[in-house]
Amino acid sequence: MKHSKIGLLYILPWLAGMLVLTLYPFVNALVISFTDYNLVREPNFIGFENYVTLFKDADFLSTLTATVKYTIFTVPFQLAFALFIAYILNFKLKGINFYRTAYYIPSLLGGNVAVAVLWRFLFQQEGFINRFIGLFGAAPIPWFSSVNGAMAVIVFLKVWQFGSSMLIFLAALKDVPQELYEAASVDGSTRFYSFFRITIPLITPTIFFNLVMQMVNAFQEFNGPYLVTGRGPLNATYLTSMYIYDNAFKYFNMGYASAASWVLFIIIMAVTAVLFATQNRWVFYSDEGN
Amino acid sequence: MNRLSKLEQRRRRRNLISAVIRYGILTAVALIMIYPIIWLVGATFKTNNEIFTTVSFIPNRIDFTPYIEGWKTRTQFTFTTFFLNTFKYVIPKILFCLISSTLVAYGFARFQFPLKKFFFSILMATMFLPAVVTRIPLYILWKNLGLLDTYIPLIAPTVFANEPFFVFMLIQFLRSIPTYLDEAATVDGCNSFEILIRILLPALKPAIVSCTIFQFIWSFNDFLGPLIYVTTLSKYPVALALKMSIDQSSGIVEWNQILAMSFLALLPALILFFAAQKYFVEGVTSTGAKG
Repeated sequence: MKHSKIGLLYILPWLAGMLVLTLYPFVNALVISFTDYNLVREPNFIGFENYVTLFKDADFLSTLTATVKYTIFTVPFQLAFALFIAYILNFKLKGINFYRTAYYIPSLLGGNVAVAVLWRFLFQQEGFINRFIGLFGAAPIPWFSSVNGAMAVIVFLKVWQFGSSMLIFLAALKDVPQELYEAASVDGSTRFYSFFRITIPLITPTIFFNLVMQMVNAFQEFNGPYLVTGRGPLNATYLTSMYIYDNAFKYFNMGYASAASWVLFIIIMAVTAVLFATQNRWVFYSDEGN
Repeated sequence: MNRLSKLEQRRRRRNLISAVIRYGILTAVALIMIYPIIWLVGATFKTNNEIFTTVSFIPNRIDFTPYIEGWKTRTQFTFTTFFLNTFKYVIPKILFCLISSTLVAYGFARFQFPLKKFFFSILMATMFLPAVVTRIPLYILWKNLGLLDTYIPLIAPTVFANEPFFVFMLIQFLRSIPTYLDEAATVDGCNSFEILIRILLPALKPAIVSCTIFQFIWSFNDFLGPLIYVTTLSKYPVALALKMSIDQSSGIVEWNQILAMSFLALLPALILFFAAQKYFVEGVTSTGAKG
């Protein structure tokens, strides 16, 4: 490794971008949140008024509830599913490439508007899903006009995209030494037992990484609800990121929307901090770790 | 001996049963996962009536009318415009991202300099920074510069390696390339930039392919960016054009046309994925891709 200030020169583009396109907007959002800036008038400093209004605003509070609900319904299911499938895929299997592809494609395409169009179509009253469950004699479900149905539609969309978490789990599982399983099986341990006593503890760092990543993403989810369900019945799928978008880019209440974005940011940071605090109770980093 | 072979038999049977269960679950889940996409492909050839009456994905006939009519759109523009518009920012994004991310990753992976640890932890922290909190001031910034309704706000971050995912992926990859080649080149009188271009760049090829693919697909799929910054119809990318087509859902909705255009919007990502599958898996697993 060369000791040379020339390294600074190479990272200069990133440093400039980080200051202007990340740090400055990050701090500026906080500053704007204490003003009544609306793009037209000169901003006035109004102290905590935006924050006080936010916590009296039933719409905002309901978006927080919906966002938390969405996160609780998506992240654990997505991770459990991803881990379960990765575990099965980790056995020596013929055709593993086909399966890996099939599971990864939804994650790959998930962000595309086309998938949202498809989702909107599949879950219509007369749509594919209702006709499919009809084959088993089930009554059609009013997906978009019921509170739980609308939430379920966007939750399914997210859980469907478990592929990238799965690939990360799969890489971690490949690193679990095979001898450990063999030793355990000689000792008479069942696969079930080995999974919970050997596999899970050894990949807790990966579980933790995926958990934080997916949680941060879920709290900011926008495309799914915005494109598929909209606000939903009784604002059931009106998530905080949509509320921020509406206030900022529809009504141009930049101050108010910035305050909402900082509240969301603080919530995300708080949940992340809680996760990090619980880390030493359940996440095991091996000693040789780098 | 006899007992042993009985045990052996039982073990074999158990292995067979668990293999059947494994394949059964994998295949069932895989079908559920990709059936929506397969069904979409079939539906693009169906008539509107057929779409709403059959569960099977196989169309009664192959008819390209939905594609032809869908491509025309109900506006004065066709999807030719919308696809070209998309490429007008996707291609610069890929180029700038590759150049800036490689330079920055090289700096982090191969040099010692003051505050390096500090900068590296900031780089990692920005990977987790919720984008929602910087969105509004960035919009105001671009507005004050008079650059709203252009593609510049979408492209600019890539000029400054502002997507830490790519930098991190390249750093990881550079670390795995042994340094003796660099050292030999230094002895031969190469400067640090020549080392990057002549020695490391060829070795970085797989990582660069991964970056290209991810940047292409993410930029192509990006919806919120264009939604905020692009307002004129003539500048719409595919993502906004599709969104518009489902908004115009008053009157008779030609679902088969909308679905046909949706499939075309997915096609570039699908083609790229199948063409370069192994790079994907490497890219996701080396860094933990978002999404």
